[in-house]
Amino acid sequence: MAEITKLVHKYLRHDKKFPHVWCPGCGNGIVLGAMIRAIDRLGYSKDEIVMVSGIGCSGRLPVYVDFNTLHTTHGRALTFATGVKLAKPELKVIVVMGDGDATAIGGNHFIHAARRNINITAIIINNNIYGMTGGQYSPTTPYGMKATTAPYRHIEHAFNIAELAVTAGAVFVGRGTVYHARLLDRLIEKALLKRGFGVVEIITHCHTQYGRRNRMGDAVAMMNWQKEHAVRIERAADMSEEELKDKFTIGVLVDRDLPIYTEQYNLVRKQAQEQASRQ
Amino acid sequence: MTIKGKKKPRLLQGNEAVVEGALAAGCSFFAGYPITPASEISEILAYRLPQVGGTFIQMEDEIASLGAVIGASLAGAKSMTATSGPGFSLMQENLGFACVAEVPCVIVNVMRGGPSTGLPTNPSQGDVMQARWGTHGDHPIIVLAPSSVHDSFEITVQAFNFSERYRTPVILLSDEVVAHTRETVTLPEPDEIEVWDRIRPSMPPEWYIPYEDTSRGVPPMGIFGDGYRYHVTGLIHDVRGFPTARADEIEPFMQRIHRKISQHFHDIQIVKHYMTNDAEIVVIAYGSVARSARRAVLDAREKGIKAGLLQLVTLYPFPRREVVGTIRNSRVVLVPEMNMGQISREVKRVNEGMTRVATLNRIDGGMITPQQIYEWIIKE
Repeated sequence: MAEITKLVHKYLRHDKKFPHVWCPGCGNGIVLGAMIRAIDRLGYSKDEIVMVSGIGCSGRLPVYVDFNTLHTTHGRALTFATGVKLAKPELKVIVVMGDGDATAIGGNHFIHAARRNINITAIIINNNIYGMTGGQYSPTTPYGMKATTAPYRHIEHAFNIAELAVTAGAVFVGRGTVYHARLLDRLIEKALLKRGFGVVEIITHCHTQYGRRNRMGDAVAMMNWQKEHAVRIERAADMSEEELKDKFTIGVLVDRDLPIYTEQYNLVRKQAQEQASRQ
Repeated sequence: MTIKGKKKPRLLQGNEAVVEGALAAGCSFFAGYPITPASEISEILAYRLPQVGGTFIQMEDEIASLGAVIGASLAGAKSMTATSGPGFSLMQENLGFACVAEVPCVIVNVMRGGPSTGLPTNPSQGDVMQARWGTHGDHPIIVLAPSSVHDSFEITVQAFNFSERYRTPVILLSDEVVAHTRETVTLPEPDEIEVWDRIRPSMPPEWYIPYEDTSRGVPPMGIFGDGYRYHVTGLIHDVRGFPTARADEIEPFMQRIHRKISQHFHDIQIVKHYMTNDAEIVVIAYGSVARSARRAVLDAREKGIKAGLLQLVTLYPFPRREVVGTIRNSRVVLVPEMNMGQISREVKRVNEGMTRVATLNRIDGGMITPQQIYEWIIKE
């Protein structure tokens, strides 16, 4: 067994009935591996990690790992995570969501969690489709593509999740792909270390529901697509608009510092207690 | 639970008494969204919770509010939210999660006129069936209804106690009259209040089976971060908390979460009797209507009419045994309600032809007065 596989096994739940629910070739396993490597490198204990998810293929991710795990309702993962974090700020709370989960049904929670700057890491796995329910279009399905609920063509425009997070106030926003695995490791590590609301958008493929319907080939072909269309943000600055057409940027989009909710609330508590003692 | 007060009397509103009850029960987390006529609970807790080291947060909607409450409870905090009809509708999704994942929490619904935006500043009892059946699927639930300011205190403590003891969401079904009435009450000292906490696992973490059946049907609850790592999900799960589609695991799970409530009916079903012993006319009421009914019954007794009141504090699980025992020897039963008839359906269901069940409904945004009930009794 390769070292890297051994490491992942250290964090898997061996009493869970494997195999997992994901299709062969799915990128979710790469995301899970990257998360585990980042957690391991940063030296968090299993007890201090709370991994929260919503509904969909991404929602099944926490069940396989030996942390405190919470599989919530569709789109609501960040709300549950907010409660966990506020009640026990010493816990490291990581939320895993899909594109539909985080930006359709959970879109409101997403922008407000970012605005509040609560100390949570949000990992958003973006495969441009609702995979588990059978390939319906999501808020990130590109214009003109096909889905089971857009059998002719999709006529809506896609959200740019990372840009949305930046605008909503997230203090750390990164974007990676499952093809650029080493970059992904580093982005997740940075997001975990960041104090405040950190977001990592991960571009992945759903060859089963999205690629097949849009003639994009198998998992390997779709990962090659990621390789060809991703541009490091450092390089993108020197590229023309024409060159960046049909491309997307990867790397750290934003890294800034703003007051953190839990620390601010501690100050509120102090103020309230001082006022009460004076009365 | 009996409460004897030694402290100074205070002038309180029903919503304020809910706050006092919550703090007395050990509530340390509140998440909510503004709504009439429940907003006072949020406002006062925003002021009080940080004083005692607790946490208040105003979320982006009621769905988020209950989500945060469940998350905080899983991390060990006694948690509560408060809302009214429209917000309660939004909470139904996560209410089901709390039932299935067995997460203790208290949801206050100060009922106002519905449906939809309805009558934001008028009283109603239109959410009784929603409190019982609002979230989808078969699920157990506890619903309690206070009728006065003092009740609001006492029953809020009780709501927390039930939620912790049975690992279940408890709905406190207040109404606009109870919530906004101000009266002088004497609250008990902290040492006079019985407070229960959830049972935590005591075995070594590697022996912990998070959803294993116990004689009480309530498994001990691990708290995030205390070493008992386990999986919490809204999917139907096996004893280890992992999703299952096996019939031989689904059935015992569904049976257990219902049994943990049904085998404790004697503890959960609270009613109050007023002169029902020899009553020929029995009034069954709850919430603010129970107070009007009590006055009407006392007035009728003065006229020599054998009337009595059975006040339901626990609406669900419906206190069938107490209701049947009380109405068995009556000539007629009256169920006055500020709705089209919700609890009266339950009374008719358990009556099975023993006696006559009459209804008195008010849906014009006004409260049911003692006079209305008294006049009905006199006509009988």
